[in-house]
Amino acid sequence: MTQSSESKLQLDPEEVTPSPGNNPLAMRPMMGNEAIARGAWEAGCKVAAAYPGTPSTEIMENLAKYPAQDLHAEWSTNEKVALDVAIGGSFAGVRSFTSMKHVGLNVASDALMSQTYIGVNGALVLAVCDDPGIHSSQNEQDTRIYGHLAMTPVLEPTDAQEALEFTRLAFDLSEQFDTPVIVRSTTRLSHTRSLVQTGERLEVPCKGFREEPKKNVMIPGHARLRHGALIERERALKEYLESSDLIRWERGGDELGIITLSTAYTYVKELMPDASILKLGVSYPLPDAKLREFCASVKRVIVVEELEPIIENELKILGLKVEGKSLFPREGEFSTDVVREGLVQAQLLPPRAKIEALEVQPMARPPLLCAGCPHTSSYMALRALNSRVSGDIGCYTLAAVEPLKAIDTTVSMGSSIANASGMALAGTESRPIVATIGDSTFLHAGLPPLINAVYNNANITVLLLDNHITAMTGGQHHPGTGRNLRGEEAHQVDYEALIKSVGVKWIKTIDSYNMGTVFQTLREATEYKGVSVVIVDRPCVLDPVKLKGPAFQVNAEACTGCQTCMNLGCPAISWTDELYEGHHKVTIDEAACIGCSLCAQVSSTNCIEPIEAPQSL
Amino acid sequence: MSNVNQPGSDAAQSSAAEHTDTQASKTPVNVLIVGVGGQGVIMVSKVLATLCQQQGYQVKQSEVHGMAKRGGSVFSHVRFGEHVYSPTIPAGEADVLVALEWAEGLRWLSYLKPDTGILIADTQQIVPPFACRDRKHGAAMGYARETVADIAGQVTNCFAANAGQLADGLGNAKAANTLLLGMLSTALDFQEDTWRKVISQMVPPKTVDINMEAFSQGRDWVERFDPANVPHTEERPRPGQATPHEVHLELPEINRAWCKSCDICVKFCPERCLILDQDQKAVLSRPELCTLCRLCERLCPDFAIALNYKE
Ligand SMILES: Cc1ncc(C[n+]2csc(CCOP(=O)(O)OP(=O)(O)O)c2C)c(N)n1
Ligand code: SF4
Ligand code: SF4
Repeated sequence: MTQSSESKLQLDPEEVTPSPGNNPLAMRPMMGNEAIARGAWEAGCKVAAAYPGTPSTEIMENLAKYPAQDLHAEWSTNEKVALDVAIGGSFAGVRSFTSMKHVGLNVASDALMSQTYIGVNGALVLAVCDDPGIHSSQNEQDTRIYGHLAMTPVLEPTDAQEALEFTRLAFDLSEQFDTPVIVRSTTRLSHTRSLVQTGERLEVPCKGFREEPKKNVMIPGHARLRHGALIERERALKEYLESSDLIRWERGGDELGIITLSTAYTYVKELMPDASILKLGVSYPLPDAKLREFCASVKRVIVVEELEPIIENELKILGLKVEGKSLFPREGEFSTDVVREGLVQAQLLPPRAKIEALEVQPMARPPLLCAGCPHTSSYMALRALNSRVSGDIGCYTLAAVEPLKAIDTTVSMGSSIANASGMALAGTESRPIVATIGDSTFLHAGLPPLINAVYNNANITVLLLDNHITAMTGGQHHPGTGRNLRGEEAHQVDYEALIKSVGVKWIKTIDSYNMGTVFQTLREATEYKGVSVVIVDRPCVLDPVKLKGPAFQVNAEACTGCQTCMNLGCPAISWTDELYEGHHKVTIDEAACIGCSLCAQVSSTNCIEPIEAPQSL
Repeated sequence: MSNVNQPGSDAAQSSAAEHTDTQASKTPVNVLIVGVGGQGVIMVSKVLATLCQQQGYQVKQSEVHGMAKRGGSVFSHVRFGEHVYSPTIPAGEADVLVALEWAEGLRWLSYLKPDTGILIADTQQIVPPFACRDRKHGAAMGYARETVADIAGQVTNCFAANAGQLADGLGNAKAANTLLLGMLSTALDFQEDTWRKVISQMVPPKTVDINMEAFSQGRDWVERFDPANVPHTEERPRPGQATPHEVHLELPEINRAWCKSCDICVKFCPERCLILDQDQKAVLSRPELCTLCRLCERLCPDFAIALNYKE
């Protein structure tokens, strides 16, 4: 496994923007995620399925850039469906792949836990991206623990070059050892661009379906047999790893040895380029003899791993004396700074000279709903209704904070509806109980809880925020948009018919840019006893197309600084330095305003008006 | 590596010139590019990364996507040299900080190398709603208050320009980022024409000429840089240091007989200090939160709410 792009090279300008497929042997700058996609394509993958999730989304987006005759690539409704589709591909005898963010594996884990018993026919590879530091997630779980639980090998690339090579290798290992294989990335690796040496695609002939019920049908009698096979597989993998390139021993002095993996390796190299390093390209299983040998070769062993002490604990089980989490944090993203601190604490590096703080007061800039976001009016109305709101995951989660501040709970994708049911069925809440859920999230995991709410007669209102896209992750299609991953036309879910068919009696579809209707409909819906569903319909202003209508302006003469419009949290509206009775007058940034008219609708003194004559959006 | 043409300052030139080519090969050069979602941080860093790659360096470019689209801070680390391991720049080790937005530049200032770090900043201000939240009388805007002069006093190599305005003068405000690239080009010693070549390849073909002009103007701006020439926005009081506006209003008074329970004031009170009581009449339930904004008074269709002037 080579370090990425060590050689000096002169880039052909054409190669600057990589266009997949042509000139296979070129070096190109690639994000970790692009490299994983490339690795899957080069390995001859034929079936690929995923559900988007930061930081993994670009893997499937990039796979879809390869020709359709090479592979089927799809957005599936959720991660379990995606894994099951890939498993189907493997059963059919072709190399198959799925990618997801760390929490996506929770959803897919049920299938993985059985499939690991079954093994593979065509290779089965999962790329799972962790999010240390929680840049864009609901938690910071460590996928390596799933590797242990599912007894599924976990490969750990360090940079984009390795991301490509390890992914390709994962397909081979999968077939060689009859196991699904996880390639684990992190936000840092997924979103770092560096030069990658690409290769050619391997055309792998289809193996055909293998009729082998004892292996393919997991009933207790078969599963018992397979569990034993799994333990044997672990042993074989350990033996393979003893001499594999995946484990790299970089020899240095005999005072100190560092065992590290993934991006943590880069920070260690940055700080102690000459130390003895055992770089693990895999976190499950581990080559015990190699680890013992390394630890015996040095006086002191330090394990540098992000998140949980997985490797450290393994070494301790082997009876080896190592240090790890006594020096480095278990939470948060690693960086050169964090690793340096640990090495300073271990007295291996001198403390850094303190940097003198500059006299500046940084300003918070939290993410916001876009100007004209179709989710805004629903939360204005919910706020006014004084309802108890269980939220879900998507752009609209931003309505949990000021100024909308209208969401009381957020758990995991699809939780909102059943959370609301539980609160309602507890019978203790006097406020109206409302679940708010995005269209993509509804199709991901919202349907079973809706069926359940009707079945168990929960008195709740469900707000289906239909912005016609999976917006949070950058605008991906889903079965409600009428297009598929490759942008081709596809069947579009009819929400009203679907919801009616599960037994909901009260359904209304409304336009989210009509504040009055949103208020009124929500009031009616919450007064209804039983499950009521309001579909709030308006496309996202950012994806799939950026919308821009004629802008609105503030008539400064009429503005009384009342700040009602500021309650929308629209980023196009800000203060001027002019005051009215001590309150700032406001102004609208014409370039940012998309003309949704919500601010004009809520304003108290007719102070906001269109710049041009009104036109429907 | 870095080589700033700071007019009339040999000292700055020699300190920056410490990163000679040989140095750059040992320790990577660190350029941090920051801004707000949608401004083009990623594009700017791609130009730089491409240029470095063409010059035969190893490059790592690490960015934070996630919330970028939704108006949050965006940053991109570009590191190049003979060997680059870590994808990110440690605090206090950026050779150059390029800020596409003024307050974002301030946020990352501590990443600059003390003494030798070079700040290249657009003075453009993107004010988030968050900075306009305090509804109290006389409250100050929460936007960063520091001016170019303040920062030039603390960061030796501070070059700022209202790039958008300058580019607008050339006929296309969108060339602002190219102007900043022109400024950046003076801090790194790649040949001028290699920059021009890369930029020409990466901008829409029709805009090459205007981008080349913007690039020249950026280089020029650094050449003739004078902090006093940077038109900066008004001095603003720091948050919490505002002169309190004299409040001359009493708390809202509600005429119960006139209130018809329509709920409008309750819905729209930004501080949520009004409720309907058991008799379905509006009451000021949390007077301590009231900012005397007079919204309820204006919205009540029955004139049932009044905020009276103090005697
Ligand atoms: C199990 C799981 N998979 C994926 C994600 C990533 N994710 C967060 S929000 C979101 C999509 C939300 O789309 P939608 O519900 O339509 O709301 P929008 O963002 O469009 O408002 C996704 C895929 C996640 N958090 N958890
Ligand atoms: S991306 Fe779309 S859904 Fe998300 S905040 Fe912007 S407008 Fe709203
Ligand atoms: S019309 Fe008002 S609320 Fe809508 S985008 Fe423009 S400024 Fe924002």
